[in-house]
Amino acid sequence: MKAKFLVPLFIFLGLVVFLGLGLGLNPRDVPSPLIDKPAPQFKLSRLDDPTTEFGLADMQGKVWLLNVWASWCVACRQEHPVLVEFSKHSSVPIVGLNYKEVKGDGLIDQRKITDDMELPMAVNRANEWLTEHGDPYAVSILDLDGRVGIDFGVYGVPETFLIDKKGVIRYKHTGPITPQSLKEDILPRVAQLEAGA
Amino acid sequence: MRSTMCRLILAASLGLTVLGVHAREAEPVVADPALESRVLKLSEKLRCLVCQNQSIAESQADLALDLRDQVREQLSAGKSEDDVVDYMVARYGDFVLYEPPMKLSTILLWAGPATLAVLGIVFLMLRLARRNKAESVHLDERQRARAQALLKGDGTPEADA
Repeated sequence: MKAKFLVPLFIFLGLVVFLGLGLGLNPRDVPSPLIDKPAPQFKLSRLDDPTTEFGLADMQGKVWLLNVWASWCVACRQEHPVLVEFSKHSSVPIVGLNYKEVKGDGLIDQRKITDDMELPMAVNRANEWLTEHGDPYAVSILDLDGRVGIDFGVYGVPETFLIDKKGVIRYKHTGPITPQSLKEDILPRVAQLEAGA
Repeated sequence: MRSTMCRLILAASLGLTVLGVHAREAEPVVADPALESRVLKLSEKLRCLVCQNQSIAESQADLALDLRDQVREQLSAGKSEDDVVDYMVARYGDFVLYEPPMKLSTILLWAGPATLAVLGIVFLMLRLARRNKAESVHLDERQRARAQALLKGDGTPEADA
């Protein structure tokens, strides 16, 4: 009873702890409901050959990364060298999902882009970018209208999904991959998934 | 000379205005106002993931436009509002909802304020009851007389001690 005056102090300390924890959270890191769920089905044109399509089934039986990128995406520039370096030393295939190459933020043209102009334009821009910065992708696919992006819950490029042999999403990384996040978050999970059946 | 200057400035500012105009084209006038009001109403309940303090109805972010298109497309295809909400939650999680659903993990959010209010009222009532009890201290005859004497100002406290 003597220590009653300490009660406000403890309430205050409790608040400090909660607020401190809250400050450490990243508000942009929205938890994905897709973790441990089968990846959404898709069929999209390949960047290297837009007449052929590439889908989820083509990666069956592999542990792979789906990296969402676009040439207008500034953070992708930061991430790209890490991916290029990674692809040189690793056998984990990275599939590049080129997200809204033409209609995304940044390089919006003043003139109206008709549907028949969109594909060649996107292919052109994406290829130019890969030539300039290096191509870490086993294959790149074109998500021109961003529908597959929405199916994957993409809200900020770049985003990277780790998908297992059965096509289940096991991990999602929002924002640019750094050498540190690659080493600490992605590679251990890859090893674990590759060891598993 | 002066008019040339004026013209230059005018031209420059016009140029700036044109550059400053948002590059998106005006959206076509709505074909179906009833549908559009449903789209708007539902869009107000969905959070834009890019600018998180805005709904997708308010936001001009590219993703918000895409999601609004999705809402429109699905409603016009005859899906119910709940279907569209389920579609969004399946992709972006509960975070996409401005009003969080009642769940075990959100029970504190929903019940917290009411619980705190009830606790506060109970605490206050207990406190008041205790104070009332303390105030109604019964005085015996001698104490009462002494209190009255003190009030009149002729009591000597030491006399009693």
